[in-house]
Amino acid sequence: MTDDVDRNRRHFLTVATAVTGGAGIVAAAIPFLSSLKPSARAQALGAPVEVPIGSLEPGEMVRVMWRGRLVYILRRDEEMLSRLNKTTDLLRDPDSAEVEQQPEFAVNQYRSLKPAYLVLEGSCTHLGCAPLAQFDVGPADDWFGGFFCPCHGSRFDLAGRVYKGVPAPKNLRVPPYRFVREDVIMIGAESGAA
Amino acid sequence: MARIESEVGTHSNAFMKWIDDRFPFTATMKYHVTEYYASKNFNWWYIFGVLAMVVLVMQLLTGIFLTMNYKPAATEAFASVEYIMRDVEWGWLIRYMHSTGASFFFIVVYLHMFRAMLYGSYQKPRELIWIIGMLIFFCLFAEAFAGYLLPWGQMSYWGAQVIISLFGAIPFVGEALVELIRGDYAISDITLNRFFAFHVILIPLLLVGLVFVHIVALHHVGSNNPDGVEIKDRKGPDGVPLDGIAFHPYHTSKDLVGIIVFLMIFSSVVFFAPDMGGFFLEHANFEPANTMATPEHIAPVWYFTPFYAILRAVPDKLWGAALMAGSVLLPAFLPWLDRSRVKSIRYRGWIYKSALGVFVVSFVMLGWLGLQPADGIYVTLARIFSILYFAFFVFMPYYTTIDKTKPVPDRVVYHG
Repeated sequence: MTDDVDRNRRHFLTVATAVTGGAGIVAAAIPFLSSLKPSARAQALGAPVEVPIGSLEPGEMVRVMWRGRLVYILRRDEEMLSRLNKTTDLLRDPDSAEVEQQPEFAVNQYRSLKPAYLVLEGSCTHLGCAPLAQFDVGPADDWFGGFFCPCHGSRFDLAGRVYKGVPAPKNLRVPPYRFVREDVIMIGAESGAA
Repeated sequence: MARIESEVGTHSNAFMKWIDDRFPFTATMKYHVTEYYASKNFNWWYIFGVLAMVVLVMQLLTGIFLTMNYKPAATEAFASVEYIMRDVEWGWLIRYMHSTGASFFFIVVYLHMFRAMLYGSYQKPRELIWIIGMLIFFCLFAEAFAGYLLPWGQMSYWGAQVIISLFGAIPFVGEALVELIRGDYAISDITLNRFFAFHVILIPLLLVGLVFVHIVALHHVGSNNPDGVEIKDRKGPDGVPLDGIAFHPYHTSKDLVGIIVFLMIFSSVVFFAPDMGGFFLEHANFEPANTMATPEHIAPVWYFTPFYAILRAVPDKLWGAALMAGSVLLPAFLPWLDRSRVKSIRYRGWIYKSALGVFVVSFVMLGWLGLQPADGIYVTLARIFSILYFAFFVFMPYYTTIDKTKPVPDRVVYHG
């Protein structure tokens, strides 16, 4: 009987069946894996939000939600802005060289469109906790005010720039935003109508 | 198997014969229970396997009843848990059994794993039992993590935020993977909904399957014992190991005593200290999730803290995540890291005994440090104990080779 078997043909058929079946399984897996991605509704909820900032006092910060993410808007006064010069040597990325962490307009010392208004995502670049606002100087010698993450001790200055020697690898992210009017910020859009 | 086949003819009644002609009931019972021979010198370290089974069954049962009232939606989850606690008859008991069961699952499993390390139960020929056990351990981690999000409290939300973000540390695919896990740009209703699916369907199915395979592998090879002697090497004329006694009724009746003692301790916690001072149910989790503010002090539940302490000890995102993953995965390689000629701690030399002692101290200390704030002396200590933890595994091939062992007896012995 064994002499009658065409082994090459049998081998070819076995491999062909396995490859066809394997391709089928991969194709069938696509819809299931795709269903795990953010749905159309989740994407639609990512629309820009408008935030009135007229009543914001110098040194005051508001928290708003955009795309389910926490966003901080801090109004800095001249004194706070001057402290940004003192931290430069303590930082990992003082010049905002990491392109993904901010829109192009925020690649400056203030990391903002207008120096006074800082707009940051309140999500630590280490593991996503919301950093605490600690704007006062000290008690540590190298603390000139900024954001402190309570989870794993990462530190950021008043422009959301990360300190050296902390677990967070990057500066806090600046979301895309623009000023609709003098006293209204739109988060989530760099241009276009409201 | 041949022996089992030949005995199938002895039936007490026609009904059992009818069954056995269609399903190997009697043969299976004999193979796994009444004629499964385990060493007669088992000590109390050998209770934790059966206790893990008890907790698994309890978690499955209480879990089913919780799903009947729980709502996996961000707007309703927290309130539905409070509803279970206050308005559902005996709901508080079912929920506290489930939450306490989660912690006891880890207590029991950690002790079960330590038993294997004491007596070399992972060594040849039981490597696969150990590997399957490690897979069960990983599933248990995933199950506990997914379950902790469901009450949608502050710790649920921010704990999940931290752990899911860990996957973002993986180079290149990290961010995309995080989005795929969350199903959204942040942790949301969508994330809660799918974690519910993981927690009640996917992982429990895997767990039960793996536990089944774990026991099949164990019963194929045979249980180890405190002497690390292979009892199958010395069989009587009837083919039964001389040092073995049947699992049922001998071991089962002894196990029953252990189960009763266990349930006494378990009930005491359920009734008198269900939150265990914040260890089993964290205080911050009695507050609904607030996406605007992280709790001042965030720490995982106690069973994750040793690994969490390792994560925090490293001042770098990628390396922190990598070393934490390593600390969880490394024990899976024990069967190949351990080069000792003997299995049991009873016949090992002082080097392994000391190393195991250092390992236990490191593990407990890391567990404690993971609960402390991440600054000052705590970080320094966490670094020291992280190094000791890894050293135990990394240098094991060396120190188990040079360690001076004592001769192992042919038969099991009794100590007092």
